[in-house]
Amino acid sequence: MSTETIKGKVYVENRQLVLPGDQLAEGEFEVQTPYIYRVGNRYYSAIIGLAVVDENKLNIIPLEGFYLPKVGDLVIGLIIDVGITNWIVDIRAPYRAIMNASDALNRQFNPIQDDLRKYFDVGDYVLAKISVFDRVHNPVLTIKDRGLGKIVHGRIIEIQVSKVPRVIGKKRTMINMLINETGCDIVVAQNGRIWINCNNKELEDILILALKKIEAEAHTTGLTDRTRSFIREEKARRGL
Amino acid sequence: MGKKIDIKLIREDGLRHDGRKPDELRPIRMEVGVLNNANGSALVEFGKTKVLAAVYGPRELHPRHMSLPDRAVIRCRYHMAPFSTEERKSPAPSRREIELSKVIREALEPVIFSELYPRATIDIFIEVLQADGGTRTTGITAASLALADAGIPIKDLVAGVAVGKVDGVLVLDIDQVEDEFGEADMPVAMMPTLGKITLLQLNGVLTPDEFKEALKLAEKGIKEIHRLQKEALRKRYVEIKLEE
Repeated sequence: MSTETIKGKVYVENRQLVLPGDQLAEGEFEVQTPYIYRVGNRYYSAIIGLAVVDENKLNIIPLEGFYLPKVGDLVIGLIIDVGITNWIVDIRAPYRAIMNASDALNRQFNPIQDDLRKYFDVGDYVLAKISVFDRVHNPVLTIKDRGLGKIVHGRIIEIQVSKVPRVIGKKRTMINMLINETGCDIVVAQNGRIWINCNNKELEDILILALKKIEAEAHTTGLTDRTRSFIREEKARRGL
Repeated sequence: MGKKIDIKLIREDGLRHDGRKPDELRPIRMEVGVLNNANGSALVEFGKTKVLAAVYGPRELHPRHMSLPDRAVIRCRYHMAPFSTEERKSPAPSRREIELSKVIREALEPVIFSELYPRATIDIFIEVLQADGGTRTTGITAASLALADAGIPIKDLVAGVAVGKVDGVLVLDIDQVEDEFGEADMPVAMMPTLGKITLLQLNGVLTPDEFKEALKLAEKGIKEIHRLQKEALRKRYVEIKLEE
């Protein structure tokens, strides 16, 4: 089965499940992902995902996978070590991130006088942005922006990285629905950690259940509506 | 090899000692995502052979000096559980297991896009739970499923099967008895879509014509195994869809 386009033949439908080694198309296409590779004029998938065909563009939405840092990404990091002039931060990536004291403190500091543990200690969560990352350098984090910094209240929920786009939804529909229904503050970081801040313990529990539901059913359709009715049912059941 | 035994490897009706036709695979079962702690995992059974594979990574490599600046290091451990054989096997890695770890690693390396993850490592663990011949090819089949499950980009799944020669007949997917008392054993692993061979070993003697015939037989088996691999990967997503 194939569809003819001006640029060549496409063997998959939009949003079709593809596996490593599946041939996607033949001809000349634009590819923006490392998860599609080319042999001659044939294009193959390299991972499990959903194929996205848009005229002459090919893409894959991964269904499995891990976080790969990108400059500008919002991430929630966990401090795992404190150095003399920097912190080592776990961001659930293949590489450990570094946060420099000069960046975090926003002033001159003297390593002899200043003990960095006063500001961030092992086990602290930090909301940060990735400022530098390439093939030869580990990611460097910055907290010089509005809303960034140490996380001192609320809870952190971890989900699979491949499910992050689903929690945000198309044009933020999913996350806006979650905020409206529960009244909680929600920050979704690109590395699959979600910071939630609720006034009510019951609502917090419902929100966590809803997030886990979205994670488990990420590849299905009509998820926003189903999650909305799930939250309403739970709220009614708990008398909220 | 070639020792006299009581069992007839090829019976008078032309079938093998376990009732299979010469070109028939053993019953195969595959399950993906069986371990929670691993990034990717798979359990594969070929008849009585049962192999578990787990993949971790890409993750930071320790010791650091072993890391490569241009690609990820791929490490592979093939290990047989002490209870996997009839007589207890010492859990310490044997000469054979160290060699098979290397051979399996080399069968998987060409499919992994390791250059996307410089300075990192991808760890592959293959644990034989029950051995009845063909553990290395079952291990490769399981490991490639685990790699796909971990979301690591790979060119193609890798499927493997062993072809043997018993009583002068070429047979597909040989088991322990056929391996021990047969005349030849040839494990083959391939990237089925691209038609490329990543592992080819031969223990025993085959004529050039027999070799060509055996390779064709292996290819036929691998096509079937590849179909089952894809089915196993697809099943996870279809199952959740049905729950709606």
